[in-house]
Amino acid sequence: MSGGTNGGMRSNMPALSLHVPEPKFRPGDAVDYSHLEIPTAGAQARPDEQCAASETQGLCFDLVRVLGDDHRAVGPWDPKLEAETLRRMLRTMALTRAFDDRMYRGQRQGKTSFYMKCTGEEATSVAPAMALATDDMVFPSYRQQGILISRGYPIVEMINQIYSNRADKLKGRQLPIMYSAREASFFTISGNLATQYPQAVGWAMASAIKGDTRIAATWIGEGSTAEGDFHSAMTFATVYNAPVIFNVVNNQWAISSFSGFAGAERTTFAARAIGYGMAGLRVDGNDPLAVYAATKWAADRARSNAGPTLIEHFTYRAEGHSTSDDPGQYRSAHEREEWPLGDPINRLKQHLITLGEWSEEQHAAMDRELMEMVKAATKEAEKNGILGHGLHHPFHTMFEDVFEDLPWHLQEQSEQAIHERRVKWPEWKEA
Amino acid sequence: MTYEESPVSLAEAPTRRLNMIEAINDALDIMMERDPNVVVMGEDVGYFGGVFRATAGLQKKYGKTRVFDTPISECGIIGVAVGMGAYGLRPVPEIQFADYIYPGLDQLVSEAARLRYRSAGEFVAPMTVRSPFGGGIFGGQTHSQSPEALFTHVAGLKTVVPSNPHDAKGLLIAAIEDNDPVIFFEPKRIYNGPFNGYYDKPVEPWSKHADSAVPEGYYSIPLGKARIVRPGNAFTVLAYGTMVHVAAAVCAEKGVDAEIIDLRTLVPLDIETVEKSVEKTGKCLIVHEATRTSGYGAELSALVQERCFYHLEAPIERVTGFDTPYPHSLEWAYFPGPVRIGEAIDRLTKA
Repeated sequence: MSGGTNGGMRSNMPALSLHVPEPKFRPGDAVDYSHLEIPTAGAQARPDEQCAASETQGLCFDLVRVLGDDHRAVGPWDPKLEAETLRRMLRTMALTRAFDDRMYRGQRQGKTSFYMKCTGEEATSVAPAMALATDDMVFPSYRQQGILISRGYPIVEMINQIYSNRADKLKGRQLPIMYSAREASFFTISGNLATQYPQAVGWAMASAIKGDTRIAATWIGEGSTAEGDFHSAMTFATVYNAPVIFNVVNNQWAISSFSGFAGAERTTFAARAIGYGMAGLRVDGNDPLAVYAATKWAADRARSNAGPTLIEHFTYRAEGHSTSDDPGQYRSAHEREEWPLGDPINRLKQHLITLGEWSEEQHAAMDRELMEMVKAATKEAEKNGILGHGLHHPFHTMFEDVFEDLPWHLQEQSEQAIHERRVKWPEWKEA
Repeated sequence: MTYEESPVSLAEAPTRRLNMIEAINDALDIMMERDPNVVVMGEDVGYFGGVFRATAGLQKKYGKTRVFDTPISECGIIGVAVGMGAYGLRPVPEIQFADYIYPGLDQLVSEAARLRYRSAGEFVAPMTVRSPFGGGIFGGQTHSQSPEALFTHVAGLKTVVPSNPHDAKGLLIAAIEDNDPVIFFEPKRIYNGPFNGYYDKPVEPWSKHADSAVPEGYYSIPLGKARIVRPGNAFTVLAYGTMVHVAAAVCAEKGVDAEIIDLRTLVPLDIETVEKSVEKTGKCLIVHEATRTSGYGAELSALVQERCFYHLEAPIERVTGFDTPYPHSLEWAYFPGPVRIGEAIDRLTKA
């Protein structure tokens, strides 16, 4: 034994013990979130966008909130948006949810292999997308469909990708929801975790090298902050004062692992910024106005060469990790209903109603309209095929884009693949 | 089906019908029971029991300090496994998908693989890195890869790929007992049934397959020992993991008298069994699911050519996945299935 098991035990000293984090609630448990400190909305100071990073330290442990229990927008972080903008935000979040519901159902009906919903987290992508310029570059993780929807990317194109069908712009190569949309300034999504974080820094550095005005923003789950890429990104961003916004969507769960396995028992995710000398904000992720305001603050800061910001969005993953997951196996079903920060769509809806700018009837009508809209888009996309029903991209496309040019070995393999298709389906004709 | 290398006692041991997951779980259970230094860790392996359920029930039985979830950091998982090994533990880390092992590569390639060498045996890394690998589940490019050749290329790493529940249990036990780092790739397509490559036919459960008869209790299958799945004279098939079943099904369909060898361990390779077979048959077909260029098949082909050249009656055939990322919708066009294998068999037969 190289280290010597038990070799170092001394009888007069206490035995060491290993701490393994354990979430508060497991399946069947009653849920009580009274241990969570939820500060009053409007009580958080808003420093100047160009302040020293150290001035944000208090906000790394606080929770920026705008919408109070009375559904009114209060305090220095209130972005004071026009009613029309608020309605657009509400509609975009509601469309995102309607889209998720439909796609989830499509996966269950066998139309595709996989899907991931963002239920309860809509504000963390829709509100930032609205606070950013449309040509600011985003490097998302896999649960930011709200950004594409905010930017007006056609949902038919999203469904084509999810179905991996003949009209899929990514040629059926990627797992469903791993979008890429350069025209929407939306970077190609990787299945590998946290890789987008340093990439966003690199894009921001390039924008600074070129004297551009565009900034970069990136998203990650709290679980993935454990990856080395996260820490590399933070280091590079502060070294070069890169114009980038780091979003950590703390939805409490990384598949079955609660946030404690990413360090949440010791400190907040926003506080990760402090050690790097970066500005940090901890935000009520289910408060779309707070998320909007925080993003706007960080965007203004980055755009004025005042440096990067880390924003923790404190939220809750209301559904499973993906269609491959069964959260009933590892967490209490009561968590969702007891979550103390409510639901982002409902909170904005109540706010608009309180302002006299919206009604239950209007909301119900909007939901019906969005459902029909998604249904129609789904029908449209299905004309191009669903997964596994033959209407995929031609076989030779499998070999394209490995390199810019097709080398001899891929040319040979492409011919082999087409030959095999002829053997398997002699009747087949390429459309 | 007989296991030539198995002691009589094993062949006579009472068996249970298990699938791959259950067999792996059984091996972990037995080793944790036998050796208090064995610890299991990885993303979602604790309370939940793993996304493929391979570690189900272990935390409850052995406690949270021997079976625990980890942060999402493959670099951290492998790195702490090196440190635990240095202390004297025998860690069995799980990397949730082989496609996600790359952040841990420096710790594997530069550290675990070389610890024994650079410390002249003072420190070793007796870890077994379990990881589901391979495609056939519509997992796209990030849940389908077969990166075994990256690891067989590294001096100091052993690489194992089981093809059935019986072997999975015995090989995993041997891997855990091994004092060197072992990469244990579990073909996820055959976790629940022996996939034979005919994807449009109904899925068979393991219970109907002879190799799901898993002996109860402790046994190990030595690393570096291949298994002759089917003796034959027409040509030799070298395969591992899922492709053992696919190759066997195509040979059966074609009615050819192939000698099918399941390599089981890629490093160290059972070169003796390979040589003996090729010397007998004079022909060799190599099959793997991984990409072709610099794949493990290239190493096998070179070895057979170097060592059996004067016995060869035909060029060595190599059937592999294509040199592209694993595509989503065209998964079955990528997969080295019955047509690709069948044509290679035809070429060998005619030669």
